[in-house]
Amino acid sequence: MNQILAREQLSEQVFRIRVAAPLIAEERRPGQFVILQLDTNFGERIPLTIADADPDEGSITLIFQAVGRTTQRLAALNVGDPIENLLGPLGQPTHIERVGHVVAVGGGIGAAPLYPIVQAMKAAGNRLTVIVGARTADLVILEDEMRAVADELIICTDDGSRGEKALVTEPLKRLCEADPRPDLAVAIGPPVMMKFCAETTRPFGVHTVVSLNTIMVDGTGMCGGCRVTVGNDTKFVCVDGPEFDGHLVDFDNMLKRLGAYRKQEQQAQEQTPHPKERCRIPEVRS
Amino acid sequence: MSHVAPEDLAHRAEEVLATLEGRELSKKERMGIPQQEMPAQDPVARRETMSEVTFGYTEAQARVEAARCLQCRNAPCIEGCPVRIDIPGFIKAIEDRRYGDSIEIIRRTSLLPAICGRVCPQENQCQERCTVGKALKDTFQSVSIGRLERYVADRAREQADNPAPDVKPETGKRVAVIGSGPASITVAADLRREGHAVTILEAFHRPGGVMIYGIPEFRLPKSIVDEEIETLKRMGVEIKTNFLVGRTRTLQDLLDKDGYDAIFIGTGAGLPKFLGIEGENLVGVFSANEYLTRSNMMKAYDRERADTPIFQPKVVAVFGGGNVAMDAARTAVRLGAESVNVIYRRTRTEMPARAEEVDHAEEEGVVFHFLTSPKRILGDDDDRVVGIECLSYELGEPDDSGRRRPIAIPGSEHVIPVDTVLVSIGNDSNPLITQTTPQLAANKWGNIIADESGKTSMDRVYAGGDIVLGAATVILAMGEGRKAAAAINGMLRGEPEET
Ligand SMILES: Cc1cc2nc3c(=O)[nH]c(=O)nc-3n(C[C@H](O)[C@H](O)[C@H](O)COP(=O)(O)OP(=O)(O)OC[C@H]3O[C@@H](n4cnc5c(N)ncnc54)[C@H](O)[C@@H]3O)c2cc1C
Ligand SMILES: Cc1cc2nc3c(=O)[nH]c(=O)nc-3n(C[C@H](O)[C@H](O)[C@H](O)COP(=O)(O)OP(=O)(O)OC[C@H]3O[C@@H](n4cnc5c(N)ncnc54)[C@H](O)[C@@H]3O)c2cc1C
Ligand code: SF4
Ligand code: SF4
Ligand code: FES
Repeated sequence: MNQILAREQLSEQVFRIRVAAPLIAEERRPGQFVILQLDTNFGERIPLTIADADPDEGSITLIFQAVGRTTQRLAALNVGDPIENLLGPLGQPTHIERVGHVVAVGGGIGAAPLYPIVQAMKAAGNRLTVIVGARTADLVILEDEMRAVADELIICTDDGSRGEKALVTEPLKRLCEADPRPDLAVAIGPPVMMKFCAETTRPFGVHTVVSLNTIMVDGTGMCGGCRVTVGNDTKFVCVDGPEFDGHLVDFDNMLKRLGAYRKQEQQAQEQTPHPKERCRIPEVRS
Repeated sequence: MSHVAPEDLAHRAEEVLATLEGRELSKKERMGIPQQEMPAQDPVARRETMSEVTFGYTEAQARVEAARCLQCRNAPCIEGCPVRIDIPGFIKAIEDRRYGDSIEIIRRTSLLPAICGRVCPQENQCQERCTVGKALKDTFQSVSIGRLERYVADRAREQADNPAPDVKPETGKRVAVIGSGPASITVAADLRREGHAVTILEAFHRPGGVMIYGIPEFRLPKSIVDEEIETLKRMGVEIKTNFLVGRTRTLQDLLDKDGYDAIFIGTGAGLPKFLGIEGENLVGVFSANEYLTRSNMMKAYDRERADTPIFQPKVVAVFGGGNVAMDAARTAVRLGAESVNVIYRRTRTEMPARAEEVDHAEEEGVVFHFLTSPKRILGDDDDRVVGIECLSYELGEPDDSGRRRPIAIPGSEHVIPVDTVLVSIGNDSNPLITQTTPQLAANKWGNIIADESGKTSMDRVYAGGDIVLGAATVILAMGEGRKAAAAINGMLRGEPEET
């Protein structure tokens, strides 16, 4: 059984848990994720990125935002409680290479999946600029962790309560305008943010990797529910991804597909009301 | 076929049985006995429920049907059964009310009779060869072998006559069985019986393969599959769910690091095909796999209790004509769709689905558009499906498979308004294991190459079922499992391999 070994609240709706999962801890590489399910009979299977792992302890770290039924239930679990089903590691690991200067952009909860990539990029000998964005100061996560790895850390918030008062695309644009340009950008966050990061880097020809968070069921390539249009091809995010060339992803279609179950999800929310209003991850305005 | 109430069928069978009882019957008399129809739920009522459509024969029905068998000396039916069940043998036992003998005869060769009796495409297998059907010039008038098999198996289950097979003393050998569909279940049972330690590694949180996630409850109750899994556990087979070979562990590591002495790969054909037409990524287009998995394994049909949502369709188009398409269409009916349209390129005779499922779908109000094929899927500004544009076809000359090839009629484009599309045009095999195991030989469709005994290009690694055959059937997967288990057992005992 995958027991919860530690639990911590990072911000109002963001939680970090350490879960016993020896095999996953041993095999996982940056960029990979797990699918978990809290109740074998009626639970939903949801994907979460492996934010960190400790093979010696046999544990993995998950960082998640309590946005809906399953993530709220997960947030309500305590140390010692088991996660009934935990499958992983899934997806293709991030392609880690020494390219020179890497800009890593994390929006909201996106900082969590970004963290292991940032670590690996640094270890591979890259110069690293990290941009962390959030709606407001309380929602900035992993600041200390990022600072420990990054050569430069830029924090921005929508309301200016912490760091720059800006959207992540603004410092990103600045960096692209510099000479020499960054060699690679990695952007992880809400789909709209990733879309505009890709639009920002496109004119500069800076290759931009995004990590897509589509709806998933099995996570093994069996259902096709996670499919996205990349260039002229249909790709399955769970097995071909989750990372793709941001300049080729059809974000508009992806956003619409993400909304396929919105009505039902809202109904499920109403059945298990959350005391606080739903937190909205920062969105980049067009 | 019009629906007859189960009570009437039962009553009629009693009457016929009374005229047969205690008499020596001639072949001619046997041929004159009316075929026993399968009692089923009322077609209107069953649109509302996931519970099994068919009830199974009553004892009288089973005995009347058994009396139709001519006990042919050459038994051509046996040739049609992939696992060579002694069909006249088990049917004679039913006629003589020796039900214990009957199930015992079936179990000699088949491990999953309650399942195969329900889902085998009998009309293309055992029943296709049956002398009675041949004499009456209608395969559908053959002795109902599958229904009889189901009767005997259900009867044994109801009487709790489902003993876990004896297990021989431990051999100390360990085998990993990947996947938990019918091929893997068979390998696990057969090897455990020989005293080997067997571990099943299954990616999903629930074992059973397609029988759990794909084939719906109304056709194959999940409790029957669960019982087979329970039997494995009682025999001492270990089942590890949430274990994706290729990711959680590579195949090579299972041999090298985890020390398994042999591996069986039974990972099935679970990669949904799409047509590659315009509009396939619109909101409202689903693979049948996704739709069925949400409904079956995630129980999304139970809206009160399940957390997993499922798209609420109004007007549905289903692409394809196989079992998967029928299951998707009939699931949509049960989830409240107002109209369900099956779009199939050829005609009814060419449909690969089991005839019974096509009949049932029709009774439930599914509409068939034959000689029709989708050209593109139309969406609105929000990328939601609003219709499909189709082309009409006519049948031309027979192709390599002997089926008449459909040819598009130019200018026949027409639009069918729908809000949901379920793509059910087949499955390829999942490439994960072959991709992460370069030494393992596969063909161009991604199927693992294995010889007659299931042996692959890698030492100590065997494979069988859909991963080798391409999307096939439960009974073929089981048959392959049997052969592979025998080969693995021989290898583990150090017997020289047959080449
Ligand atoms: C590969 C991958 C990695 C992910 N990693 C993380 C992670 O590390 N941390 C984290 O917090 N989340 C992550 N997600 C998103 C996470 O899976 C969803 O937040 C989760 O499924 C929500 O489930 P729920 O039942 O709590 O909410 P639901 O009731 O299902 O949904 C609540 C709200 O969230 C939206 N939503 C649902 N699914 C998604 C989704 N996949 N992406 C964005 N919005 C969604 C819905 O539209 C709805 O508004 C990841 C997703 C993918 C595909
Ligand atoms: C909707 C539908 C209806 C059908 N109807 C019929 C019918 O009426 N009659 C009939 O005879 N046949 C029918 N079939 C076909 C039949 O179900 C299959 O031929 C049969 O199940 C194949 O068995 P299998 O043992 O090869 O694998 P499967 O039953 O496909 O099981 C494979 C298992 O392996 C697991 N797996 C895959 N990859 C991995 C991995 N890397 N690591 C661990 N586990 C893995 C999967 O999760 C799955 O549980 C139908 C199929 C479908 C999809
Ligand atoms: S297993 Fe299938 S093919 Fe064989 S006798 Fe039974 S129904 Fe017929
Ligand atoms: S062929 Fe038909 S009639 Fe002959 S033994 Fe088989 S089932 Fe009976
Ligand atoms: S989640 Fe089912 S194929 Fe990707």
